Amino acid sequence: MTNPEATEDRNPTARNPMQTLRSVSDEQRSRLSEAWVGFATTVRREVHRVVRIWPQTLLPPVISTCLYFIIFGPVLGDRIGQMQGVTYLQYVTPGLIMMAVLTNSYQNVVSSFFGAKFQHHIEEVLVSPMSSQSILLGYAVGGVFRGLVIGAVVGLVALLFADLPIVHPTLTIAVAVLTSVAFAFGGFINAMVARNFDDITIVPTFVLTPLTMLGGVFYSVNLLAEPWQTLSYANPILYMVNAFRYGILGRSDMPIALAFGVLTLFIVGFYTAALWMLRRGIGIRS
Amino acid sequence: MSISTSPALRLRGLQKTYANGVQALKGIDLEVNRGEFFGLLGPNGAGKSTTIGIVTSLINRSGGSIEVFGINTDEDLEGAKRLIGVVPQEININQFEPPLQIVAQQAGYYGIPWREARERAGECLRWMGLWDKRDTMSRSLSGGMKRRLMIARALVHGPRLLILDEPTAGVDIEIRRATWSLLKEINEAGTTIILTTHYLEEAEALCKKIAIIDDGRIVKDTDTRSLLRQLVTETFVLDPMQPLERAPALPDFVTRLREDGSFEVEIEKGVGLNKLFHALDNAHIQVSSMRNKTNRLEELFLGLVEESKGRAASAPQPNEVTS
Ligand SMILES: Nc1ncnc2c1ncn2[C@@H]1O[C@H](COP(=O)(O)OP(=O)(O)OP(=O)(O)O)[C@@H](O)[C@H]1O
Ligand SMILES: [Mg+2]
Repeated sequence: MTNPEATEDRNPTARNPMQTLRSVSDEQRSRLSEAWVGFATTVRREVHRVVRIWPQTLLPPVISTCLYFIIFGPVLGDRIGQMQGVTYLQYVTPGLIMMAVLTNSYQNVVSSFFGAKFQHHIEEVLVSPMSSQSILLGYAVGGVFRGLVIGAVVGLVALLFADLPIVHPTLTIAVAVLTSVAFAFGGFINAMVARNFDDITIVPTFVLTPLTMLGGVFYSVNLLAEPWQTLSYANPILYMVNAFRYGILGRSDMPIALAFGVLTLFIVGFYTAALWMLRRGIGIRS
Repeated sequence: MSISTSPALRLRGLQKTYANGVQALKGIDLEVNRGEFFGLLGPNGAGKSTTIGIVTSLINRSGGSIEVFGINTDEDLEGAKRLIGVVPQEININQFEPPLQIVAQQAGYYGIPWREARERAGECLRWMGLWDKRDTMSRSLSGGMKRRLMIARALVHGPRLLILDEPTAGVDIEIRRATWSLLKEINEAGTTIILTTHYLEEAEALCKKIAIIDDGRIVKDTDTRSLLRQLVTETFVLDPMQPLERAPALPDFVTRLREDGSFEVEIEKGVGLNKLFHALDNAHIQVSSMRNKTNRLEELFLGLVEESKGRAASAPQPNEVTS
């Protein structure tokens, strides 16, 4: 009996690729263009992944955020009354969008990079000449893509429920992008140090969700008694949510410049740490 | 040293101690010439994959240096990486991506623009007989196909040095043979190949040079022919017409009875088989068939490994108090 794999084996007309393929070591490409192609390839792969498994990556967050809209709009909204001069639904909507953006940016990078570690195909990029920067930025853009797509879809759905004036459109978009970038880098760090599937749920469950819930999504921190009000200011997510709400509603609990300062700090800090870890090979090279 | 004369790979004093304290490599010196088909042999846990991991920068080394076509990895790691293609021992493909995407992406990581990357990927997949499967999710490929996919992936950027860590482990004999002829062609086109294997038959068929590694050290580094010449005895298994009850006494030959009533004969190098047949005739033993007990390299290999173990055991311990 012949093996079906062996019989359909090599195409007799196929040429030996080693006779025809130029070696990349002979190519006269600049390192910059190589770095760009490596980065673009990674972005393409990450975006492709998000789109391919959209029932896992895009659908659930959209559904759950829409449920919040229904609950805080038609169901509960009227009973809660106004907050800072707007309806409760108007008040919570920016925070809910932000919550979707940051958790999904984070989650995307964590699952994609940890998955690559777990299945060992991270080795594909590690053996290649691609720089740590291209790898990190490529993964981050994938996370930002998912975060912003979800943010946009959720935002559009929100318009059906609530009147959102979007007072400062550019600022709104800038805050969403920067937050997304910060959390994508954060997710990368989480994935690097994670050794098993538990390790990739610890931070989202025990850090991210509580900080978001207490980060002024559902209430103004001005309503809190001391010391909770002061303590809340230690929560970075508070600044991001407020800046985003300011962009949409024109209202904030704090100066917007401060929010941008916090965002910049986190982006630079997470990026530097992630790049350092990647260069050291922490969690990926024994 | 210039790229045109330096060896394809030069390892000097390569050492590796893993975080758990295992000293996997205890100073590996190795030189693989350009164009060579080189076999790296050794028992389980000898340090073959560790060596390959270090050369391909998947594992951090604890000491020593690596030069790929004269490029020292400490000076130009990216330049060295461009020259290497690697097929690892364990399957490490993304099971959720199809072959064409996997191979084209790999080209992209080497800086090859997308359109050209896809063309190259197509060429490699065709050659590996995977073109029809190019859009199938890799998870549904058979084990042998996944191995070939990993070879296609390793070739897509046109490496000068192809390193394969047990490429035919667990694939059937037909595919193994097909892989052999493919590797031979790749080598004939000018690519240097380093291969690890447990099938000594494979090393004998492909490799012109062989290094044997055991317990983190190179115990032999020579060409395959002279290695084979070192064989002192060869063992044959003979099936008699009637099962025997005890090992036959044949003058000048060492014999052993096997459980199934057949027997083994050790024949010294240089002693013709005629002499054996003559002795069998004299003993009135009718033999229906005869075969090699083991691959010849296998015997030599076992001998060398035994020898190196013996040396290690009798060597004085470094911390031993002798006074
Ligand atoms: N990540 C690791 N951490 C700790 N020890 C390791 C690690 N990887 C390998 N080792 C140890 O290093 C030694 C060499 O292993 P290696 O995988 O290089 O052997 P090998 O020659 O490839 O064996 P095989 O033929 O089984 O593939 C072994 O003792 C192994 O247990
Ligand atoms: Mg191995």
